[in-house]
Amino acid sequence: MNRIVGKEYFSEKVVKLEIEAPLIAKSRKAGHFVIVRVGKKGERVPYTIASSDKQKGTITLVIQRVGKSSEKICQLEVGDYVTDLVGPLGKATHIEKFGTVLCAGGGVGVAPMLPIIEAMKSAGNKVITVLAARTKELIILEEQVRQFSDEVIIMTDDGSYGNKGLITNGIEMVIQREKVDQCVTIGPAIMMKFVAQLTKKYNIPTIASLNTIMVDGTGMCGACRVTVGGQTKFVCVDGPEFDAHQVDFDEMLMRLKAYN
Amino acid sequence: MTNEEILKEERNAPWREMLRKTIKNKERTDRPRVMMPELEADIRSHNFEEVNQGLTIEQALAESQRCLDCVNPTCITGCPVSINIPKFIKNIERNEFLEAAKALKETSALPAVCGRVCPQEKQCESQCFYTQKLNKPAVAIGYLERFAADYERNSGHISIPALNSPNNIKIAVVGSGPAGLSFAGEMAKAGYDVTVFEALHELGGVLRYGIPEFRLPNPIVDTEIDVLKKMGVKFMTNCIIGKTILQEDLAEYGFKGIFIGSGAGLPNFMHIPGENLIGVMSCNEYLTRVNLMQASDPESDTPVLKGKKVAVIGGGNTAMDGVRTARRMGAERAIIVYRRSEEEMPARIEEIKHAKEEGIEFMTLHNPIEYKGDENGHVKQMHLQRMRLGAADATGRRKPEPIEGDTIWIDVDEVIVSVGVSPNPLIPQTFKGLDVTKRGTVVVNEETLQASNKQIFAGGDIVRGGATVILAMGDGRRAARAMDEYLTTELTTKE
Ligand SMILES: Cc1cc2nc3c(=O)[nH]c(=O)nc-3n(C[C@H](O)[C@H](O)[C@H](O)COP(=O)(O)OP(=O)(O)OC[C@H]3O[C@@H](n4cnc5c(N)ncnc54)[C@H](O)[C@@H]3O)c2cc1C
Ligand SMILES: Cc1cc2nc3c(=O)[nH]c(=O)nc-3n(C[C@H](O)[C@H](O)[C@H](O)COP(=O)(O)OP(=O)(O)OC[C@H]3O[C@@H](n4cnc5c(N)ncnc54)[C@H](O)[C@@H]3O)c2cc1C
Ligand code: SF4
Ligand code: SF4
Ligand code: FES
Repeated sequence: MNRIVGKEYFSEKVVKLEIEAPLIAKSRKAGHFVIVRVGKKGERVPYTIASSDKQKGTITLVIQRVGKSSEKICQLEVGDYVTDLVGPLGKATHIEKFGTVLCAGGGVGVAPMLPIIEAMKSAGNKVITVLAARTKELIILEEQVRQFSDEVIIMTDDGSYGNKGLITNGIEMVIQREKVDQCVTIGPAIMMKFVAQLTKKYNIPTIASLNTIMVDGTGMCGACRVTVGGQTKFVCVDGPEFDAHQVDFDEMLMRLKAYN
Repeated sequence: MTNEEILKEERNAPWREMLRKTIKNKERTDRPRVMMPELEADIRSHNFEEVNQGLTIEQALAESQRCLDCVNPTCITGCPVSINIPKFIKNIERNEFLEAAKALKETSALPAVCGRVCPQEKQCESQCFYTQKLNKPAVAIGYLERFAADYERNSGHISIPALNSPNNIKIAVVGSGPAGLSFAGEMAKAGYDVTVFEALHELGGVLRYGIPEFRLPNPIVDTEIDVLKKMGVKFMTNCIIGKTILQEDLAEYGFKGIFIGSGAGLPNFMHIPGENLIGVMSCNEYLTRVNLMQASDPESDTPVLKGKKVAVIGGGNTAMDGVRTARRMGAERAIIVYRRSEEEMPARIEEIKHAKEEGIEFMTLHNPIEYKGDENGHVKQMHLQRMRLGAADATGRRKPEPIEGDTIWIDVDEVIVSVGVSPNPLIPQTFKGLDVTKRGTVVVNEETLQASNKQIFAGGDIVRGGATVILAMGDGRRAARAMDEYLTTELTTKE
């Protein structure tokens, strides 16, 4: 268990790892995440399960190198072992036939979005996906996303690929064009904040998947708490997905800086 | 034979009779109680070494002689697992320390742990003849228990309990806290094939992630777990029952009985303004970062905030552990803020004493009502409401009430909220056929600890909602006996 059986670079900073974890592969659903620890002195860090293969008993994580802990896991090679791996954690995404679903993913948020896109599609929805990143190299998983989406819109800040502009420009374009019944957004907290503001204006129900700081991931510590609709919620057990219009993103953005 | 008859017969053993005659009772009762050797306060408040150093052999012998080997040993009634206290103490008196340890293990799976963390003054020692009838300090039962258990561990002759021949019946245990560990030990003795599943990457539950090393060093917990491993108990860490493995899977894998000892891991908050500022955290988070994740080690990747002015809200054991840890992490001011008076504090007396020696300030009859942060969202001040004690409530405790208009602000840069825990909701939410109370505790038959789903037994904090190590352990033992009986009749009637 926990052996790395596949590694692929999406870009210099984004790595896909396939890890042997038969029990997790068997019980995970779209939206679930795992907690990973690398080395005896390593910290516990959450990553979304991007996909799994029940037959092979493996799960796939897509990890962006941003700091110490993500660096450690990205340095592992095929054949190495992850010290500790626990999951699947959190609540699975609520999947149903909404009609038209707009999936808005930014940066590495596209990875956790992929299983949701897939599940929404097989539930009979029309899926329109907006992928956004700063620049062309940071657009990941485009091919896989296309496989399950009726339409894919790409936005880059610098216009090096797809349309030039922010994710919200892409979303607004769709909303003005056709009726959207449900929106799902995953990406940096600041991006989700602006997506939520926009869809609220148009009254489109929106789910955001929150990436707070965690320790245990089982509801024991409260490090991951956020305010949703005026109430304190634990992202690891009550989430990670919440009604984006109810989330206090400013507080979340502040709390994310606790250890910077 | 009833339990009482067994006690009588053991007491009548010739060596015990002899021992009683060697020293006059008057002489025994005139002796002072031993003092536990401790690390000096100004040294220990800067490191994580164990505060209590343990009795020397001479001290243990002297203290064991104080015990009168009473005809009616009331001390035993004060122990939740009915340890045969005079038997183990008299074995110390006659220099048979390993025998003493064996006597402890007849009923307790974790004597080295309980000797350290039991609230003895409220349990066994409160019922000792010295306290009850002589108005003198009780025999130091807890210190002696620790002495015997430590002696055994250090001797390298740890006795592994005798095991019944294997019956190949698979039993699953959810959680490796004291409830799960003692249950596992008893079932292994009875010949069952036991697997303990633990959500975290280390075993021991609160013993590992909660209680700090200066009260309970990790090697002590490791040793007790090693004994279970030698007895054939299997452990699987990083495995959450209800998530990694579902209830249905357990049945599929052939587990015939399930014991739930998943604890009370959910921290309570007060839901006051500013509680989500950076620097305000639950005591569970703080202690987990320091104990489980070793955040005080510079090599460790897990960070922890090191406040200079730290307030810990609450008056229980957890709060004391939090505040004493904060002190060791470099807090210049470490304050307990508690809404009642010191008399009502649920923490052990020894912990309160140690905290004071280490320079912890006590602001009793104060309750936080709001926190304020700086421009980066980091807590910098707390608003405290002064309180007074009103009339006694239903439980007999005097209810704290605010003194209208009497509030103060104090500067803080870290706040640790330690206002209790609730039962871990994972099992109650994911298991089918399990009756659960409104508080989230699992409903069990008080005697047998069997749940509404007959295959399931439960004990410890998930049933009691936050109690003690020894009560959790006692539950594990009782549940094991009851499950053994249930499965034996169940399986024989089926045949
Ligand atoms: C439910 C969930 C799913 C996630 N899924 C993915 C994913 O699929 N791919 C991906 O690339 N990232 C994902 N993240 C984000 C990821 O967990 C980390 O935030 C990121 O890898 C930060 O680690 P770092 O030490 O490299 O970063 P740094 O920015 O260097 O972090 C600095 C310090 O902040 C603390 N810290 C920051 N974030 C976290 C965290 N989430 N948990 C614990 N401590 C933290 C750590 O102590 C860390 O040392 C997810 C987060 C959550 C909560
Ligand atoms: C800081 C602190 C100090 C304390 N000090 C004292 C003291 O001095 N004296 C005293 O007597 N008591 C003390 N207590 C209380 C005592 O520790 C508890 O009453 C006792 O540990 C309860 O034991 P338990 O086995 O029921 O649960 P726990 O010790 O809480 O263990 C439960 C275990 O189950 C695991 N778990 C939960 N859900 C699952 C799942 N679904 N699958 C797998 N594993 C799961 C958890 O990760 C945990 O390891 C203290 C508590 C704390 C927090
Ligand atoms: S287990 Fe606790 S209550 Fe029982 S004798 Fe030992 S210290 Fe006393
Ligand atoms: S009551 Fe006190 S003196 Fe009597 S047997 Fe128990 S410990 Fe010894
Ligand atoms: S990570 Fe500890 S409660 Fe969510």
